[in-house]
Amino acid sequence: MVEFKDIHKNFGKNEVLTGINLKIQKGKTTAILGPNGSGKTTLIKILLGMCHSSKGDILVGESNTRNNWSYRKNIDYLPQIANFPGNIKVKEIIAMIKDLRHQKTRDTELIDYFELEPYLNTKLSHLSGGYKQKVNLVLSLMFDSPFVILDEPTSGLDPLSLIKLKDLLKKEQDNGKTILITSHIMSFVEEISDHISFILDGKVYFDGSIDDLKSTTGETDFEYAIANLLKHNHA
Amino acid sequence: MLKILKYSFFDLVRSRWSYVYFLFYLLLSSVLLFLNNDLSNTIITLLNVVIVLVPLIGTIFGVMYYYDSQEFTELLLAQPIKRQSIFLGQFLGVATSLSLSVLLGLGIPFALYGLFESNVIFDFLILIAVAVFLSFIFSALAFNIALSNTNKIKGFGYAILLWLFLAVIYDGAFLIALIYFQDYPLDQFTLVATLFNPIDLSRILILLKLDISALLGYTGAIFKDFFGTLTGSLVSLGVLALWVVFPLWRMLHVAKKKDF
Repeated sequence: MVEFKDIHKNFGKNEVLTGINLKIQKGKTTAILGPNGSGKTTLIKILLGMCHSSKGDILVGESNTRNNWSYRKNIDYLPQIANFPGNIKVKEIIAMIKDLRHQKTRDTELIDYFELEPYLNTKLSHLSGGYKQKVNLVLSLMFDSPFVILDEPTSGLDPLSLIKLKDLLKKEQDNGKTILITSHIMSFVEEISDHISFILDGKVYFDGSIDDLKSTTGETDFEYAIANLLKHNHA
Repeated sequence: MLKILKYSFFDLVRSRWSYVYFLFYLLLSSVLLFLNNDLSNTIITLLNVVIVLVPLIGTIFGVMYYYDSQEFTELLLAQPIKRQSIFLGQFLGVATSLSLSVLLGLGIPFALYGLFESNVIFDFLILIAVAVFLSFIFSALAFNIALSNTNKIKGFGYAILLWLFLAVIYDGAFLIALIYFQDYPLDQFTLVATLFNPIDLSRILILLKLDISALLGYTGAIFKDFFGTLTGSLVSLGVLALWVVFPLWRMLHVAKKKDF
């Protein structure tokens, strides 16, 4: 589905990614994990064409992402920090993105699901962090694309909304969608993902299922296994 | 691209600043028409204002809009839209809304005053054309500055410096050069140096059309010789167009390479 081939990225002298090789399988949920500043978001931004890799290529399906934009038609992306223009209303931004993409949407269903109805006429700058994230979720999931990228989807959500998000993602998994997530909430990752890719020092440090991870590290608890991975060299 | 243009344009048209800008021109040209009681004189007075103010507002507005819409731009970048379309659309949104403010702000009072029955309509059209060109040129330059500087304070600083350079310092340096080298033939140099500054070029273009070049003495004659002809007019319009095209090309080039 998606293949990262030897991705390098440096910002000036700061080398963030030093050769990422990774395959994301179709219909599976892959979690990209790593300590703060390990380049998870950068990797996703390169995948989306928002950043350019210094070296290496990414294949989405058959097409190379370099100098290409049409492949993004099949991607739903939830950015990490929901930065919206402050002076427009929730329903306006939804209408705007719908108009720009011209694809089939299921926005009303999602607005219902996340109970955003009463806030449709509120300006985005007046929303709380959690509601902003809900708008963010509606905006990115409404196109029902086969490939979903979620960068820290849980940030700012209350426990109830978190459960709703998990249920929604599980439904999406049943529909055969390919999902790529990054998160620091380990219980969430453990519950949702089939596959873990751990990035450290700009390289893929571990790539396998959660069970693989537990057996490699000799830990029974997922959170401890990750911490163990950070402390010792198992690669 | 047209959709981005549409959103940027309406976003700006709804903003308070566009109205302030429009009302300023409306008020200025009404007052000047009332005081001068003559279309031709008013055009000359307006020229002096337009030539300084349009570049200033164009640069400030361009930089401000770019920094202000950064978040929206990032949202758009993840959508299946070509990068060039995003930036070109935003630029055109800014430039057209600014041009529209000037066009309507100057146009309405002049039209009411009876511009269409007068014989200076062509001069007025040149004034408007110059104002539109300057809006496009300076917002393009502003977008370039903003794209190359993530630091807003720096971006604003450079933008103001650019305006100050082209509107004031360039002329000063130019004059000093003329005085310093007055023993040498400077006709060609003056002509070329004028072409390199869009503000000077616009000023000369209008002054010569208004037939007051006699006031400029010998230099005026040379300028008239060049700019007064069809080739001269075409060259100067071409140079103004280049002043739009080149910054625009650089903007798209930088935007394509930039990491967000």
